[in-house]
Amino acid sequence: MFIARINVTLKESVLDPQGNTVKSTLHELGEKAVQDVRVGKYIEVKLDSPDLETAKKTVANLCEKLLVNHVIETYRSEIVTE
Amino acid sequence: MKAAVVTFPGSNCDNDIVRVLSEFYSAKVDKVWHKDQFSEKYDLVILPGGFSYGDYLRSGAMAPFSPVMKSVKEHTDRGGKLFGICNGFQILAEAGYLPGALIRNRNLKYVCRTIGLKKASNSNKISGSLADDKILRVPVAHGDGCYFASAEIRKQLKEEGRILFLYAGDNPNGSLDDIAGICSPDFRVAGMMPHPERAMNPITGEMDGKTVLDLLIAS
Repeated sequence: MFIARINVTLKESVLDPQGNTVKSTLHELGEKAVQDVRVGKYIEVKLDSPDLETAKKTVANLCEKLLVNHVIETYRSEIVTE
Repeated sequence: MKAAVVTFPGSNCDNDIVRVLSEFYSAKVDKVWHKDQFSEKYDLVILPGGFSYGDYLRSGAMAPFSPVMKSVKEHTDRGGKLFGICNGFQILAEAGYLPGALIRNRNLKYVCRTIGLKKASNSNKISGSLADDKILRVPVAHGDGCYFASAEIRKQLKEEGRILFLYAGDNPNGSLDDIAGICSPDFRVAGMMPHPERAMNPITGEMDGKTVLDLLIAS
């Protein structure tokens, strides 16, 4: 059994109002070191795949089909063995 | 006119559009559950407003995979008209019928108010006949209504006269280029964030939604 940990974020070119709001609140808290904040989403998928290669292909397919909207989002994923 | 209105789990403006189509256009309207498919030949299919699948993952992300969408595809392949209102517009973008995406409103607020709409160009087959200075007052109610598309796509939409409506003055969600709705190259698939069906009530006198639907239906 594999677990895919997928992080979906808005592309750099897409305005991230949530990230900007969090950033300004952090600034109000005095955290001047904060340069930028992007808020994304984390999706965990449990997979019954015969091997890591197949699991990777499945994850790419899931992201292509549904989990990521490629017009506005990008993602990175890691796969671990349960 | 025969029309179908699709109900997804979470649709909440389906009855409103059924009412105005029956009442103002004497249309024969069927409500179609998203799990079903249809074979009847409709003139018009509408994806109504609401929160299909709870807006989970992204607004409109799940609905393109409902069984009914196969019939919707057959309908448009036949040359039938397809309109998406609010969540319906989000679904049309997610399903690839219309380019771009509807993202979180720039001020992060859910907006629910009446805004002004105007035409974008004379070359839009649907809205182009409106007078240049005509401002239609139609309500919006959404959290993810900021239209986003690359500069090239927006240029293409403009050049092809595919921008259906622009927000006039008050842009409620930060949509790029003030875009409130767009349509397909053949003008048969159209999506917009405002709710024309909510401004069609002779008792209150708010009737600009009828002008919008008249244009969409006559096109």
